[in-house]
Amino acid sequence: MHIAIASGKGGTGKTTVAVALARVMGSCVLVDCDVEAPNAHLFLNPDVQNTQDAYVMIPEVDDGKCTGCGECSRVCQFNALAVLGKSVLVFNELCHGCGGCVLACEPKAITEGGRLIGTMQWGKAGNLDFYDAKLRIGEPMSPPLIKALKRQAECLEAKNTILDCPPGTTCPMVEAVGGADYCILVTEPTPFGLHDLNMAYQAVQQMDIPAGVILNRAGMGDDCIQEYCKANGIPILLEIPHSREIAEGYAAGKDILSSMPSLEDGFKKVINTISEGLNNG
Amino acid sequence: MAETGKAKTITIISGKGGTGKTSVTAAFASLAAPVVVADCDVDAANLHLLLSPEVEKSVDFYAMPIARINQDLCVGCGLCNDLCRYDAIVIQDDNYSVDPLACEACLVCKEHCPEQAIYTVERQAGYWFLSQARTGPMVHASLGIAQENSGKLVTEVRKAAADVAEEEKLDLVLVDGPPGIGCAVMASLTGADLVIAVTEATQSGLKDLIRVNDLCNHFKIPIHIIVNKCDLNPEVTQTVRKWAQEAKAPIIGEIPYDTDFTKAMIEAKTIVEYKSSRIGDELKNIWNTVLETMKSIA
Repeated sequence: MHIAIASGKGGTGKTTVAVALARVMGSCVLVDCDVEAPNAHLFLNPDVQNTQDAYVMIPEVDDGKCTGCGECSRVCQFNALAVLGKSVLVFNELCHGCGGCVLACEPKAITEGGRLIGTMQWGKAGNLDFYDAKLRIGEPMSPPLIKALKRQAECLEAKNTILDCPPGTTCPMVEAVGGADYCILVTEPTPFGLHDLNMAYQAVQQMDIPAGVILNRAGMGDDCIQEYCKANGIPILLEIPHSREIAEGYAAGKDILSSMPSLEDGFKKVINTISEGLNNG
Repeated sequence: MAETGKAKTITIISGKGGTGKTSVTAAFASLAAPVVVADCDVDAANLHLLLSPEVEKSVDFYAMPIARINQDLCVGCGLCNDLCRYDAIVIQDDNYSVDPLACEACLVCKEHCPEQAIYTVERQAGYWFLSQARTGPMVHASLGIAQENSGKLVTEVRKAAADVAEEEKLDLVLVDGPPGIGCAVMASLTGADLVIAVTEATQSGLKDLIRVNDLCNHFKIPIHIIVNKCDLNPEVTQTVRKWAQEAKAPIIGEIPYDTDFTKAMIEAKTIVEYKSSRIGDELKNIWNTVLETMKSIA
């Protein structure tokens, strides 16, 4: 069972929920896919056993072989190659690593080198297998790193997986949520929370992934989320009360089950509800 | 503000989402009015919920055209699937098609299809809007669900905001940036004269702040910091202060944990418009510091 935790908006409590669910599941794989701002490790203090750099392919041009024909630049949809006279300029940051230029180059002057996009690490946190990655500063594209991280984590595919996903509803979120059996959308009862929940719900619907909501900071705002979920037939799996105690615990790097142990049953129920739903569906 | 002819840009970012970036931007907009505001968090645009802009102009945004397979011409040779590095070719009952969510629009498949069965389709991926808010002109956008090219849309929003500032002779643009440090954030940082990073006094807030600071250093843009929810954990706040001093990233304000931000949001007001609030007063002081700082940025 692969469960993705997403939210549209940042700061709603995705990581809090992901860590708590992983804890109550016991033996499972937690993958922190928020490679721009990975935080799950702060609450789990994993014993990191491996690190590995991740690369995307970029073209390397052999000037000796290049005839300056310009085919590479013509086929590149991302303007990553420009031909000036007989020399080719490569703009590494614009390259998406599609390999089109290599295929287009008749004199075979282009080979592929690697551009470092980030570093992955993995290890154990108690009985959890933990994976995360950090996007290199200045690197614009996070989806290839998310893809590499998920691929790395799938060597343990027999187990249950929790994916802590990046905020938003664009390519990084789609890459992270893609392939999950179920998506939990974490939100808060405010106009911002509602607006972004609506976007995220539409995104998972488009991806054909069943979804439910965990309402965080319940009681802080108004009833807009309950009304929205009722109107759209979305199950509310759990309500986490608004509490300064939880916020203080979070600030100190304490996970929510340590701040409020009474929530453990609620999270267990969430897992059961989802697995029953998936088995019957 | 200095009368240099060209508007100055202040970009508000956060590293981590949910730190109060949009609430702070909206408060500054109220205090600086008339000012141009640009919501560059196109993935999860929220500023319009506080500033209730009236749309005057809506412009279509096109993402890169993606590949599609003509079933009548496709002979199922599988070359497109062999060449695609994004696993975007879907094969079902010997029928080949393109998964629009996975397609990166590199068009390698189209270039090499021996049957010329692959063509491209334009994708209207969203809109950007030029509006009037009660704080002045506002540029914002709506990106279609699960679309890409948010960096490109951010760039269009930013440019439109600079243009409207010039047309209406306003000397300041406030940019509400996206969370994280990736493509959309970088696009929103371009042209910024000053970055204000809103962080929260939590372990994760500090960690993400450090990454955002690295990013600003990478682009050589000065960064100032506002610590939100500063009383949640005095120890972490102290760590943030110490780090900021070493990093030469001045803290220009500390805001205590307060539910007034949420209450104001529910009333669709900025915090400085919301009855008398102690954090509203705090933001007025911070804004004055920002104005002083801007004077010193040539």
